[in-house]
Amino acid sequence: MTGGKKQNLKAYLFIAPTLLILLVVYLYPLLQNLNYSLRDLSIAGRPFTGMRNYLLMLKDPIFLTSIKNNFILIFALVPTLVLVSLLFAVPLFERIRGWKFYRGTILLPYITSITAIGLFFSLFFQGRGILNTFLRLVHLDSLVVDWLGSTRFALPAIMFVIVWREFGFGTMLFLARLTTVSEELFDAAKIDGTNWLQRIIHVVIPQLATVIEFYVFLMIVTMLSWVFNYVYVMTLGGPARSSYVTELYIYMEAFKFNRMGVAAAVSIALFLITAVLAFVSFRFRKRLYREYE
Amino acid sequence: MSRQPVKRAAIAVARQLLLILAAAVVLVPIIYIVMASFKTKMDYVRNQIGWPNPPVLDNYLRLIEDAKLFIWFGNSAAVTIGSVALTVAVGALAAHAFSRFHFTGKEKVFNLIIALMIIPPIVMIIPLFVLATRARLVNTYWSAIVIYAGLMLPFSVYLLRNFFVTIPESIVDSARIDGCSDMGIFLRIVVPLSRSALITLVVVNVLWVWNELLIALIFLQKEELTTLVVGLIRFQGRFRIDQPVILAGIFASMVPMVILYLVGQRFLVQGLTAGALKGE
Repeated sequence: MTGGKKQNLKAYLFIAPTLLILLVVYLYPLLQNLNYSLRDLSIAGRPFTGMRNYLLMLKDPIFLTSIKNNFILIFALVPTLVLVSLLFAVPLFERIRGWKFYRGTILLPYITSITAIGLFFSLFFQGRGILNTFLRLVHLDSLVVDWLGSTRFALPAIMFVIVWREFGFGTMLFLARLTTVSEELFDAAKIDGTNWLQRIIHVVIPQLATVIEFYVFLMIVTMLSWVFNYVYVMTLGGPARSSYVTELYIYMEAFKFNRMGVAAAVSIALFLITAVLAFVSFRFRKRLYREYE
Repeated sequence: MSRQPVKRAAIAVARQLLLILAAAVVLVPIIYIVMASFKTKMDYVRNQIGWPNPPVLDNYLRLIEDAKLFIWFGNSAAVTIGSVALTVAVGALAAHAFSRFHFTGKEKVFNLIIALMIIPPIVMIIPLFVLATRARLVNTYWSAIVIYAGLMLPFSVYLLRNFFVTIPESIVDSARIDGCSDMGIFLRIVVPLSRSALITLVVVNVLWVWNELLIALIFLQKEELTTLVVGLIRFQGRFRIDQPVILAGIFASMVPMVILYLVGQRFLVQGLTAGALKGE
């Protein structure tokens, strides 16, 4: 027994610094946020106001726009990213000529900062930007639009940049998984006289199922709560706050409009949505693994 | 039957074209940034698409004269080195415990740490800001370093533990018989044997911190503490009508990470894919 206790003490001494930092950076803020979300932080003494911040949040059309935009990102970009990544991972796996060069190039966007690349693409999409100059040059004047200044095209422009920067990660993930699959599987399929497309559908995709599921989960979380940087740099939520996302809403409410209580309520809501998604995904993955085992 | 080779050749060409397209979509913007950064302001206005005529270094000279760029680089470097060093040191200790010791609550604590990975930073930002304000840590490197370390630790502990468990128990046992202490085993056996995993972790983390915006924006607001990415945004406001200078700034900010990528691509790919493949 004493041996066990000694082992416990020793182990927790090794973990203590990590736990301490995680306590400060995760646990305390999460609990405190819950507390803040139930109070009016703009008044001295921070009186308890119950669900008022949550009601304010639900009544704010900008909050609803933000959530809607996050879901547009999820439904439009997650399938796109899976397809694009698959499309590029397969030929890379098949070692087509120059595959090493392509592999190196495809991951390049992922290491550039969203800020730097977002700034470039805002110069690219703006009214007198590079894209419009190019369109005029090739006599497609009818397509010239103030992309970032239009409520219709601002979010799609952001979406383009997200795909541009993120697809390399998916491609690497799928490629890494494919290279661990035994050659024999593919050779056997070839001997069976299947064609390329059949091999993709019957061999490649089933082999990738668990990785695709993992990637889908990761990208849903990304579209929900890791897109602040794109929007902040490219449109700052504009025009007319049409390209707001939830993270930007929290940031602006808290640091620009001094409505910390509402921002805290939205933070809790975002946390809950993420937690539910993670739980559902966890259950789903468990089932998926059983099927493919 | 004679159709078969033709079809195969067509598929081969199609696949090649597909990847050429991918490479072009990636490279054209980057080449454009470099190219346009050598244009004069007038050249850029009149000739936005073509090659610089004549190519000039003015924009880079402007960047260098604007000494702030070096301050921004310095701040990014300080915050990146500080937080990554803290994360790797602290995370490796924890990973060692999770991989070698048997203790109460081991699985639960480990799973809890992993679960933190998906919580978005924005959710913690308000209380952290209030806390840092009270502790007078806003506008110090320390607030950013500790927060970055916290955000990187879950993945770091996960990655290192998965590597540490692959070190055979027999090596550790023989060291223990030779009278090596736990700390000695960690420092003299586990760490040296895990060099590649540690490098992988450093590469992935450095990339993330160097490019991070939200926390830098909120916790390092003072002019002299501005990091490179935040500086770039301010820069854009100042040179709104002189876009080649902005493009030069964009390119200059990318150079360190591109070099890191060229040197450490193997490690980066390992780090990025570790989560998905070991998770099974």
